[in-house]
Amino acid sequence: MQLAAYQRLPPVGEYNLYRRRMLPLPGMAKRVAYFVTCIADTVFPEIGEAAFEVLARAGVTPEFPLGQTCCGQPAFNAGFTDEARQVAEHFVEVFAGYEAIVTPSGSCASMVKHYYPALFRGHPRQADALHIAARTYELTEYLVDVLGVRDLGVALPRPTRAAIHDACHGYRGLGIARQPRLLLSHVRNLTLVEMVGHDQCCGFGGLFAIKMSAISGAMLRDKLAAIQDADCDLVITGDASCMMHINGGLSRAGSPKRVVHIAQVLAGALK
Amino acid sequence: MKAESFEKIVDHALADRQLQVALDRGTTRGVNARLLAMSETTDAQALRHQARLARERALNQLPELLEQLERNIIANGGHVLWARDAAELNQHVLTICRQHNVRRVVKGKSMVTEETALNHALEQEGIDVVESDLGEYIIQLAGETPSHIVFPMLHKTKEATAQLLHDKLGMPLTDQPEAMTRFVRGVMRQKYLQADLGISGVNFAIAETGTIATVENEGNNRLSISAPPVHVAVMGLEKVIATWEDYAVLVQLLARSATGQRMTVYNNLISGPRRPDEPDGPEAFYLIILDNGRSRILASEYAESLACIRCGACLNACPVYQNIGGHAYGWVYPGPIGSIITPLLRGPLTAPKLPYASSLCGACQAACPVEINIPDMLLKLRRDLVQAGDPSLGWRLGMKGWAVAFKSPMLYRLGGRIAGWLTRVLARGKGHLRWLPPPFNGWTAHRDFPAFGTPSFRERYLRRFKGQPHDSKKP
Repeated sequence: MQLAAYQRLPPVGEYNLYRRRMLPLPGMAKRVAYFVTCIADTVFPEIGEAAFEVLARAGVTPEFPLGQTCCGQPAFNAGFTDEARQVAEHFVEVFAGYEAIVTPSGSCASMVKHYYPALFRGHPRQADALHIAARTYELTEYLVDVLGVRDLGVALPRPTRAAIHDACHGYRGLGIARQPRLLLSHVRNLTLVEMVGHDQCCGFGGLFAIKMSAISGAMLRDKLAAIQDADCDLVITGDASCMMHINGGLSRAGSPKRVVHIAQVLAGALK
Repeated sequence: MKAESFEKIVDHALADRQLQVALDRGTTRGVNARLLAMSETTDAQALRHQARLARERALNQLPELLEQLERNIIANGGHVLWARDAAELNQHVLTICRQHNVRRVVKGKSMVTEETALNHALEQEGIDVVESDLGEYIIQLAGETPSHIVFPMLHKTKEATAQLLHDKLGMPLTDQPEAMTRFVRGVMRQKYLQADLGISGVNFAIAETGTIATVENEGNNRLSISAPPVHVAVMGLEKVIATWEDYAVLVQLLARSATGQRMTVYNNLISGPRRPDEPDGPEAFYLIILDNGRSRILASEYAESLACIRCGACLNACPVYQNIGGHAYGWVYPGPIGSIITPLLRGPLTAPKLPYASSLCGACQAACPVEINIPDMLLKLRRDLVQAGDPSLGWRLGMKGWAVAFKSPMLYRLGGRIAGWLTRVLARGKGHLRWLPPPFNGWTAHRDFPAFGTPSFRERYLRRFKGQPHDSKKP
């Protein structure tokens, strides 16, 4: 990429607005980074691919910083702040300086947006962390609120009734509810139905599912019952971790219903 | 609370059919009633924010407001006593009982007296105490403790309640709550007339006039504090608010959040004992203000938890509470707010499981009328537990290892490959695993675990963009 002259200015002092690209200057090429998340990289690479595809379809082919790993949430949520900070430091190292960081997870986005500012208070990379926290977006949030996308021109292979499971951290943490519904309303062959308890936690909660297995399992049963009762063939959600949890329950219960990630629908990747 | 005992209590709660029915009915009704009542307000968010500010104003000038409250109550002819801890509060009440030759006490609903186990202390001195709130009375009959801040008998079905009243008091069996209420009402009437002293809690204490406010729906509290010759009100020191304007905001939200009412049926405002020109009311009025760890919380980063107005909305909204009920939390205050104030009031290591008994879904914060950020405080309590060395060596080593692997792209990729390969081998072509080794067996106890996809997204990306310099940073 050819850098504009102002971008090659040497940094002045500790913090340089131009170098950090805090200001979207006219004519400046948008540098968008894709944070695939550890789970969509290793467990569900098809979701990682679908979300990348959706961004490309919307006209933004993001960069994929190859050194990326995880946002640090598993340790942070377990109370291991120091361990979380070590991984977050690596995240900041990898993602500093981008115009936007887009990720197919409301939970990971909320970790970066809500907890990095406090995690890096008084830290040498505080400025970078604040910049990153302000520029990290969940996928549908970025598509609808930043790019103004409505219709991605995709269709499902056959008429399908789908319900949305609003994943907690995206829904309550980032206020993501309108964006996925708007995008899905333009998908051909898809009828959205509301599910009772669409905003009720499925019981995943990271290590909660392991440490508090019985409570988490009871919450999962409530969610499975709601899915069973919902008049839908498919459940769509915005977080791969909730998807993994609910699908694990559906498969254990022998249910034919499945949860898919919204990126898979929007990429037209469903068979 | 012992480590295994929490899990055991949870298992019992989950297997208790009657409890599960009662929890489903009670919490669903609570959530729906609150949502309906809040949706009637012109701007629920603005109202919540006003309420939050009223509570913050109070907490930011708590010492001054408490002194103002004390001055005004004394000016109104009442007495104010301060209690450093539970024992001191109970002692104050016993002293008052001795001064006034009290044999029989009737008591309105009060969580603070549950906190200090006042009933027990009075009974030990041979003083007869009767709970006058219908739910609390039934709990007292059953020899149980409340399982909810607002609905103390939420864990009991109406069927079980009828059986209890039949067994203990000879009520004819019925499934009509109205008939049960009428029956208990008949029993209670005499108690008010015989009582030498009435005890009540406090919902708000308005500093500018020295007035205590209680809300209720049964009239039991009003009778408990007006019929007997002595009234003792007990409050946690965080209950004070500055002005009547603040009261007006908070009392609306309390009713809407707690029971889904626009206003409770009774709103009692007491500014002291009977005045010479008044026909009735108690001859003596005492207000006991309890600290019991609250001033320590106020000085900590958890001060926000003192903004709580005890409406119970977070309990109803919490999917954990909905499944395990209030008794599993092990002490007076259950639910999400209990998971915070129990360790704060009693010490973090007395309840090391509670901060972890949450999926951090945030439903509690969304329901809270004063916008308390419960999930963030649970996270901080978990951090405190880690710093206090609570997690086992295995967890601590596991987390250290995790951090080492996840801050190194190379180890992360290697770990991902090994884990992916292992899951695919164990899945034996089925796409998912039904069993994982400890400590991950908690997962497979209730759900299958997926075999990792292959190749990873990173590899797919590299194949697709081979040779294109998409990343300038070292891989």
